[in-house]
Amino acid sequence: MIVGLAVVVGVVLGLVLQPTVPVDLQPYLPIAVVAALDALFGGVRAWLERIFDEKVFVVSLIGNVLVAALVVFVGDKLGVGGELSTGVVVVLGIRIFSNAAAIRRHLFGA
Amino acid sequence: MTTPQPAGVDSRDAWRRIRRVLTARPGGRQTGVAVLCGVLAFALVTQVHSTSAAGGGLASARPDDLLGISSDLAARADRLRAEIAALEASARRLSSATDQGAAALREVRARARALGILTGTVAARGPGIVLTITDPRASVSADLLLSAVEELRDAGAEVLQLNGVRIVAQTAFLPGPGGAVEVGGTVVSAPYRLAAIGQPRTLAGALGIPGGVLDAVAGRPGARAVVTQSPSLSVTALRAPQADRYARPAR
Repeated sequence: MIVGLAVVVGVVLGLVLQPTVPVDLQPYLPIAVVAALDALFGGVRAWLERIFDEKVFVVSLIGNVLVAALVVFVGDKLGVGGELSTGVVVVLGIRIFSNAAAIRRHLFGA
Repeated sequence: MTTPQPAGVDSRDAWRRIRRVLTARPGGRQTGVAVLCGVLAFALVTQVHSTSAAGGGLASARPDDLLGISSDLAARADRLRAEIAALEASARRLSSATDQGAAALREVRARARALGILTGTVAARGPGIVLTITDPRASVSADLLLSAVEELRDAGAEVLQLNGVRIVAQTAFLPGPGGAVEVGGTVVSAPYRLAAIGQPRTLAGALGIPGGVLDAVAGRPGARAVVTQSPSLSVTALRAPQADRYARPAR
C-alpha cells in the first residue's frame, strides 16, 4: 500500500516538476533506471518465493544502480561507453525477462 | 516457457498474498522499499520525458552515437546526390533526344511538303502564267498540249495544272473521244486552261518563241491561245498519292 502510494507520488512529482536531467548525468540515468527495474523484478520474485528481505532489496537496488552507473562511467572513460551501456542493458534485460518468467510461473502457474 | 512448475509453488496462495499486501494498512515496515520505488518512478518518468522531449533523443545521445548518425546522414546525402546527378544526366539525354526527334520531324515534314508539291498531293501557290487555248473546232490535239507542257517544264515550271487536273511526272496525254483529250485518265475538253507556277516571264517567253507552242496553236484551224502572267497563282487540283506497282527504292 505504502509502496503504491510512493510510486504514485514519484510519478506525479516527475510529471509536475518535469526536471531537466543534468548533462553529466544524462548517460547514467537510463542505465540506472534499467538496473533499478531489474532489482525491482528481483524483489517481486523474492517476495513471491517468501524469501524477500527489505534490507537485501534496498542494498541490491542501490548497488545495482551504482554498479551500472560505474560500468558506464568507466566505459565512457575507456571510450567504449556506448558499447558497454548496450551490454549492461542487454544483461539487465535478460535478467528482467528471467525474473518476469519466474513471477509469471508463481502467479499463473505457467 | 515449458519449465516445469517447481514444487511448493501455489499460484492461488500467491494471489492471496498480493491481495493482502495491497489492502493492508500503511505500516512503517516498508519505508525503505517505498522510498526506493518512489525514486525509481520519479527517475523513470524523468527519463521518459527527457527522451521524448528534446529532438527525439538527439540531445541526450552520446558523442559516438552522434558521430555515427552524422556519418550515416552524410553517406545517405552522398548517395542521394549521386542519384540526383544520374537522374539529371538521364533527363538531359532524354531532352536532347527529344530535340533531335523534333528536328528530324521538322526536316521530314519539310521534305514531305516538297515531295508533295512534286507529286501533286498538296496545293501550291506562286507566280506563274495561265495559257488559255480556245478550240471550238476541236483541232488541238493531245500531243500539242503535251508539247506545251514540256515547253513549260523546260522553262522551269514547277507545278502544272490543266483544267482541274494536276500534271505530274506520270500524267499521260492521250487522244480522247470527240476531239477531246484524256489527261491522266480524265477527259478534258476545250477551252483548255493550263496553269504553270514558275518565273512568269521565262514561261511566257518559252511559249512565245518562233515556231513554239503559240505558233503551233495559231496554225490549228479556229484555235487561239492567250498567255496571262500572274504574280500570284494558286494550283489547287490534287492528285491522290499512288503506290508504285513495280518500282521499289533500291538500296
